[in-house]
Amino acid sequence: MSDKENIAIDVRDAVKRYGDFTALKTISLSIMDNEFFTLLGPSGCGKTTLLRMIAGFEAVTEGAIYLYGDEIENLPPNKRPVNTVFQNYALFPHMTILDNVAFGLEMRGKSKSEARKKAAEMLELVQLSQFSARKPSQLSGGQQQRVALARALAPQPKVLLLDEPLSALDLKLRKAMQLELKHLQRETGITFIFVTHDQEEALTMSDRIAVMSAGEMQQLGSPTDIYERPHNMFVADFIGETNLLEVSVDGITSGRATCHLGGGHELTCNAVEGVDVGSKVHMSIRPERLYMSDAPLETESLKGRVKENIFVGTDITTIVDLQDGPDFVVRTSNSDRGNKRIFEPGTEMFVNMELGAGRLLVD
Amino acid sequence: MAAGAASGGSATTDTYKEARTWLLLPAWVTLAILVLAPVIMMLIYSFLTKEFRGGVIWEFSLAAYDQFFFDRGLFGDDPAKIEWTYITIFWRSIWQAGAATLLSLVIGFPTAYFIATRSENMRPVWVFLITIPYWVNLLIRTVSMKFLLRDQGPLNDFLMNIGLIDSPLHIVNTNFAVQLGLFYSYLPFMVLPIYAAVERYNFALSEAAADLYASKWTTLRRVLLPAVKPGVFAGCILVFVPSMGSFLAPDLLGGAKNFMIGSLIEEQFKGNAGNWPFGAAASMILLTMVLIILMFSTRQQAKADKAGG
Repeated sequence: MSDKENIAIDVRDAVKRYGDFTALKTISLSIMDNEFFTLLGPSGCGKTTLLRMIAGFEAVTEGAIYLYGDEIENLPPNKRPVNTVFQNYALFPHMTILDNVAFGLEMRGKSKSEARKKAAEMLELVQLSQFSARKPSQLSGGQQQRVALARALAPQPKVLLLDEPLSALDLKLRKAMQLELKHLQRETGITFIFVTHDQEEALTMSDRIAVMSAGEMQQLGSPTDIYERPHNMFVADFIGETNLLEVSVDGITSGRATCHLGGGHELTCNAVEGVDVGSKVHMSIRPERLYMSDAPLETESLKGRVKENIFVGTDITTIVDLQDGPDFVVRTSNSDRGNKRIFEPGTEMFVNMELGAGRLLVD
Repeated sequence: MAAGAASGGSATTDTYKEARTWLLLPAWVTLAILVLAPVIMMLIYSFLTKEFRGGVIWEFSLAAYDQFFFDRGLFGDDPAKIEWTYITIFWRSIWQAGAATLLSLVIGFPTAYFIATRSENMRPVWVFLITIPYWVNLLIRTVSMKFLLRDQGPLNDFLMNIGLIDSPLHIVNTNFAVQLGLFYSYLPFMVLPIYAAVERYNFALSEAAADLYASKWTTLRRVLLPAVKPGVFAGCILVFVPSMGSFLAPDLLGGAKNFMIGSLIEEQFKGNAGNWPFGAAASMILLTMVLIILMFSTRQQAKADKAGG
């Protein structure tokens, strides 16, 4: 397959400036055909701006955007074969659900009856057929959400853009919709570009994630990449919970880096490109990669004292005071309590980790 | 207040009800004095007999209404024919007011849209600018307009100087001048309600329409207009109704040929030549007409809403 068929959206050196303020600093990324791609970052990181540039609502200050090989950054939104699911759905309040879904089809030249027939099929797909004669205000948030989805999918866009579509829903509904969206993407085979600030949502649904902050892309990779091998402090801290330790790199031999942290503790972990001997960097260790024992094990072990146990349903969070070192957060899954030990507060114990659990970060 | 009434039991509710009656009294009195009383007076006067030097004789008579609709010859003893004079004036008033309303809509809608799409701190400034001309008395503004538009006025001078026309355009004393005058008098009443509606409009809807391949024109017609329709409707009523009864613009800019209902009524109460019962009857007919038009258009509006745009 050539690039033209393979790459759905190609953003090349795109810059967005509002007067003196730079919202997006030279971003390049290629989103593959049939991919569930997520732009993830805190508010104000530029993720929505980038999505709106692809949709055509924001002009591109510099650079270019290609849609399956065609340059589109100068086309108005109504000339781009991409559709958007808006954050607050933006359903037309004066039209029925059926007419909302039929709107895009009609605009693409279908006759009114044909458009309505196709729209009815779309409503069936999202299981809202019985509501087709109602107005949007008569539907619940979750139902409106599905109408917005049906409306955007009806004209069969080449790429579907989703701007935080689940943020207005409650937790349970959000979880259900996450799966529904993922299934819909697989069934239709349409490329989805999904914007969210919710890292869990991003990890659940995406094939690949671009983590953004302050108008820059921090890391691009699969959910596993981003979670297990964060590139820098921002990514490690933003995605999931982690222990961030300040370490000095003492030596690197055959892919292993020996580091020490405050209090004379020593740790060995995998070396990372860009982190050299003698540098002072941060190490990220996920709480669930740690486990406790009453005697040092053959793995990496650090001596400490339990400060507090916090029960959070699915797991137990233990806060450990490393003597002369930073506090550690250790997470033990509730289902693991048979194999792994929980210590009472005040008990002295050892915190252990596998060799690969610690990850050195490029600052 | 509602919460207090609910939680405080019946005693509080009663106190509240009593207080409400007394607090609303000034509003009712004002309404009675300023709205109800004049209309009742007008209704009574329209059924009285005219006194020749103005005023009325307190004797029941249908003469005023009869004079409006029927022609019974110079001495009043010919067989009754339909009197077209006043009906024509009425008809002219309706379509002059309609034309002025349309003109206000065409100019007022883009103006309101422009203001509503400015930054939040600039909007009040633009609204303020719109109202500035209305600090000057309407009479003075209308007379000034006559001077601006007349054959030797600045407008014709300018158009001739730039070579667009060879001889002055006769604008004053035409229907068009009247429409222009009405339009200028009532434009803010069109702009302000539409502005209020567009300001509340969710512009994401326009984006959604564009995203779904609608052109700008289609977006305006199918999404923006239906959403701001109540504002447009209010603006049209607020321009149409006072235009119907207006007499300054038709008098000063239209001349005798373009007589409107407002002038006709005004004449009846001026000096000694007037006919008070006839003026009152014409006013009652105007009031009835306006009410019928309002009821009709409100019903149409409600029907359109129900049908789902």
